[in-house]
Amino acid sequence: MEWESWSAFWAMGGYGGYVWGSFGITALVMIGELMLVHRRHRAAREAVKHIHRA
Amino acid sequence: MNLYKYAAPSTFYPLAGRLAPWFYGAAAIFTVIGLYIGFFVAPTDFQQGEAYRIIFIHVPAAWMSMIVYLAMAFWAAIGLAFNTRLSSMMALALAPTGAWMTFIALWTGALWGKPMWGTWWVWDARLTSELILLFLYVGFMALHASIDDPRRADRAAAVLAIVGAINVPIIYFSVQWWNTLHQGASVSLTKSPSMATTMLWGMLVMAIAFWMYCIGAVLSRCRAIILERERSADWVKEIA
Amino acid sequence: MNRAGIESTVPPSTAAQEASLAAAFVAVVRRDLLLAMRRRADVLTTLVFFVIVVSLFPLGIGPELNTLRTIGPGVLWVAALLAAMLALNRLFAADYADGTLEQMVLTPQPLSVLVLGKVAALWLTTGLPLVVMAPLLGLQYALPAEALYTLVIALALGTPALGLIGAVGAALTLGARGPGVLVSLLVLPLYVPVLIFGAGAVDAVMSGLDAGGHLSLLGALLLVSLVVAPLASAAALRIALD
Repeated sequence: MEWESWSAFWAMGGYGGYVWGSFGITALVMIGELMLVHRRHRAAREAVKHIHRA
Repeated sequence: MNLYKYAAPSTFYPLAGRLAPWFYGAAAIFTVIGLYIGFFVAPTDFQQGEAYRIIFIHVPAAWMSMIVYLAMAFWAAIGLAFNTRLSSMMALALAPTGAWMTFIALWTGALWGKPMWGTWWVWDARLTSELILLFLYVGFMALHASIDDPRRADRAAAVLAIVGAINVPIIYFSVQWWNTLHQGASVSLTKSPSMATTMLWGMLVMAIAFWMYCIGAVLSRCRAIILERERSADWVKEIA
Repeated sequence: MNRAGIESTVPPSTAAQEASLAAAFVAVVRRDLLLAMRRRADVLTTLVFFVIVVSLFPLGIGPELNTLRTIGPGVLWVAALLAAMLALNRLFAADYADGTLEQMVLTPQPLSVLVLGKVAALWLTTGLPLVVMAPLLGLQYALPAEALYTLVIALALGTPALGLIGAVGAALTLGARGPGVLVSLLVLPLYVPVLIFGAGAVDAVMSGLDAGGHLSLLGALLLVSLVVAPLASAAALRIALD
């Protein structure tokens, strides 16, 4: 697949908003989910430390 | 090798911790390959132009939403039948990831439908079934959250997951029936007259990437849930 | 799947055992009907809700008869779904609150038979009136006679299925926080196939096609729920009463 130029790549034949909107939301959701899970795990570890220190 | 020793939260916790990074790594690699195929190998579609490239997200997300639901129902059933805590925790860990996959499938479906058919929502069989699947996921999580005793919550949610799993094929079939009756021309977001081999490959590679990602995310979430539930156990004290 | 937690071993089938199963079923139905008759207002509110919802749609959409004729089957079915769902909190809640449900779980009779009895009684008091009322309301939507006839049959097949499926949701949310809204969230997605085939049957007749396929599928859904729902509800009740 040959793209004429970078701007053609980003424009996606006029459908840029839809295509990048899709990929963007997916990236956002995945990064967000991982961050949420990380935060949940960290909170659990904190709670455990708290319990076993007391 | 005795795999059953990993049925205990105390042994599964470190195992999941060691495995998760590998799945994230695999997900990253497959994503790079898949995106390369999707954007630099697969040609422009004759009918849909560049917009079709959304399938490289939409279809894998939809597949994962269904696979994760089956996995969730499976582990919930195991937990209900054998009274194993870890199985129920795994089911609970699977639910949010499945719901996110369903959300992505719906969102990308809408973004694909708008340029193709002019409306943000298309009542085709797949999208409508995905919507109902999202409700089933949310119902599972809501039911679990609304019962205070965690083991009781596990069991009630398991019954719901199993009933839902029986229903999903019934719902899908009935929605397909409904769809073909109400639309003269069969409008399907995934039916393309011919899919170039490269497009198919891109889709498959992205599907594997999504799968690896889901497993990684679920393993991590399961670790968090284990710590939350087993917080007073001795082995947790060692880790603290 | 491990049946412990669903029901204890069912005694071998003898005439006496079958009679006692039937007797248990009838006893539960009679009791629930008696209780419902004492609180007649409860029963009527479901029916009134149905009537009001059906009457609201034209007010929101406009009186144009052709439009109403098109949406009629769907509206009537959705209203029936919502009414059936509202009636669910009458199924187990009262018995759960006063301890009768615990007694039911402890009896030697299979819990699924008792659940079936309760669902049957609920249908008689809330589902059957919907079936009877629907053709009258169908006239508000200018539905033709064959459509009304099909509507009655479809609802007669569908409302028991709705009651059975709903029983599972009602059992699952016993003792949960915020049970009312939660039940709707759980149960409405499961109602979708009944809705699709039920409304589809009436639509088919109105388009001049045969509704046989739809009605058979509705019947199939009813049969499947007759088998699965009491078992699932019994399991859920045991979980709730643990």
